Amino acid sequence: MEKEVLLMKGNEAIALAAIRYGVDGYFGYPITPQSEILETLTLEKPWETTGMVVLQAESEVASINMVYGGAGTGKKVMTSSSSPGMSLMQEGVSYIAGAELPCLLVNVMRGGPGLGTIQPSQADYFQSVKGGGHGDYRVITLAPNSVQEMADFVKLGFDLAFKYRNPALILSDGVIGQMMEKIVLPEQVKRRTDEEVVKQCPWAATGHTKDRKPNWITSLELSPEEMEKNNIRFQEKYKEIEKNEVLYEEIQCEDADYLIVAFGSMARIGSKAIEIAREQGIKVGLLRPITLWPFPKDIISEYADKVKGMLSLEINAGQMVEDVRLTVNGRIPVEHFGRLGGIVPDPDKVVEALKAKIIQ
Amino acid sequence: MKEEIIIAGFGGQGVLSMGKILAYSGLMDGKEVTWMPAYGPEQRGGTANVTVIVSDEKISSPILSTYDIAIILNQPSLEKFESKVKPGGILIYDGYGIINPPTRKDIGVYCIDAMDEATEMKNTKAFNMIVLGGLLKIKPMVAIESVLKGLKKTLPVRHHHLIPMNEQAIIRGGEIIRKQ
Repeated sequence: MEKEVLLMKGNEAIALAAIRYGVDGYFGYPITPQSEILETLTLEKPWETTGMVVLQAESEVASINMVYGGAGTGKKVMTSSSSPGMSLMQEGVSYIAGAELPCLLVNVMRGGPGLGTIQPSQADYFQSVKGGGHGDYRVITLAPNSVQEMADFVKLGFDLAFKYRNPALILSDGVIGQMMEKIVLPEQVKRRTDEEVVKQCPWAATGHTKDRKPNWITSLELSPEEMEKNNIRFQEKYKEIEKNEVLYEEIQCEDADYLIVAFGSMARIGSKAIEIAREQGIKVGLLRPITLWPFPKDIISEYADKVKGMLSLEINAGQMVEDVRLTVNGRIPVEHFGRLGGIVPDPDKVVEALKAKIIQ
Repeated sequence: MKEEIIIAGFGGQGVLSMGKILAYSGLMDGKEVTWMPAYGPEQRGGTANVTVIVSDEKISSPILSTYDIAIILNQPSLEKFESKVKPGGILIYDGYGIINPPTRKDIGVYCIDAMDEATEMKNTKAFNMIVLGGLLKIKPMVAIESVLKGLKKTLPVRHHHLIPMNEQAIIRGGEIIRKQ
């Protein structure tokens, strides 16, 4: 049967994809520009069909702790929010990472700091890939650049989260969340039975049985020696993720003299900028990190030996540019261009910046 | 074929829904489409605009610097977007509420008295469909049948009886649009 092509917002796509991927629970609190996720879930009433729980919590702090609890039982649970709400959740994210539990987080970023604006931004890059909460932990961070990827990354995020027992984050922004585009939704998958959960998650708190020791879900460890062992285990896991799970897309890079590095909505705007620049005879390509952590270091390092300069394009004051510079390590000039506070740069301004900052 | 369109006016005029209907019609015609609203806290009375792209090929950026077509429904939007129409492009405006009409000579400027017409039809809600009809007369980027198919798909069944009225409004829009 041919799949039906639909038109919807990125936020709606996430909600529908979650139901179809057999998610057990969503806990969230409304905030622009991602409220359509909770709204769509509420309209769809999945508790009547798949049995998925959808709950509007009293706050973001409550939401993330509900996710912590649900994840501890091996359930497929998620939450979503936008920048200020994500900040509120960071303590819980650190606990979930420390307790080594899988869950999916969605941040549809808006302008900050503080309550900021409700317009698109990418200023939570640092928060997402450098920790966010306290302690030495990492969150697998996926950056969709289309409505289709908003849906697809629900599955990808959960799969990675369960594979590594680690929180995964879809880091989106107001452009991708609010934009409508064509999309094909994934097939409906059945929610796992309790037996399947026990089998998949032997570590989970699934009720006391005589044939195994109790499973403890905690991030607390009173012995520093034991806590160091835990941390070493986490770090080994993070190295595995960095080795196995890097994703990126190369757009017109083969003959490029210059490279734009951009993720999410800025990668779309960057693609348009490439079209304009190439019409003017400037050979520029675009490298789009799809995983922001793990960061696609190797491929960027390769391009540092091929191109004359890189422009990191972000809707922030220059965050990812630090990771690009670390990777390039001084071999070629690396500059940043972006707008702040919820203003999205248009393609012409990107081309101007490319000329002024990189080509000269 | 690729049409990059901005629709701009007051909140409550049906700017976003007109864009949505256009995008749905493109979808019905098997085209690539994006619909990107400049979303904000404002609703009725504030300014609203939406970028719609209808294309045969994959669409890169949903946010643009310049446009092939601008549909302008109030004075502030005219001031903001007249200069952003590509040379050789098209600007369509509703005469109602425009004090200083567009002045550019390197683009095709069309006027449509959609607000007056909607009042005459005793249905101000038909306003945006009259404008859409005008657009499709000048640039038939999607078939009117696809628009009606899109409406049928997106409107709740209880509103399906309004589709003939919408069709009438689209046709009327095509009749009354005129070159400035």
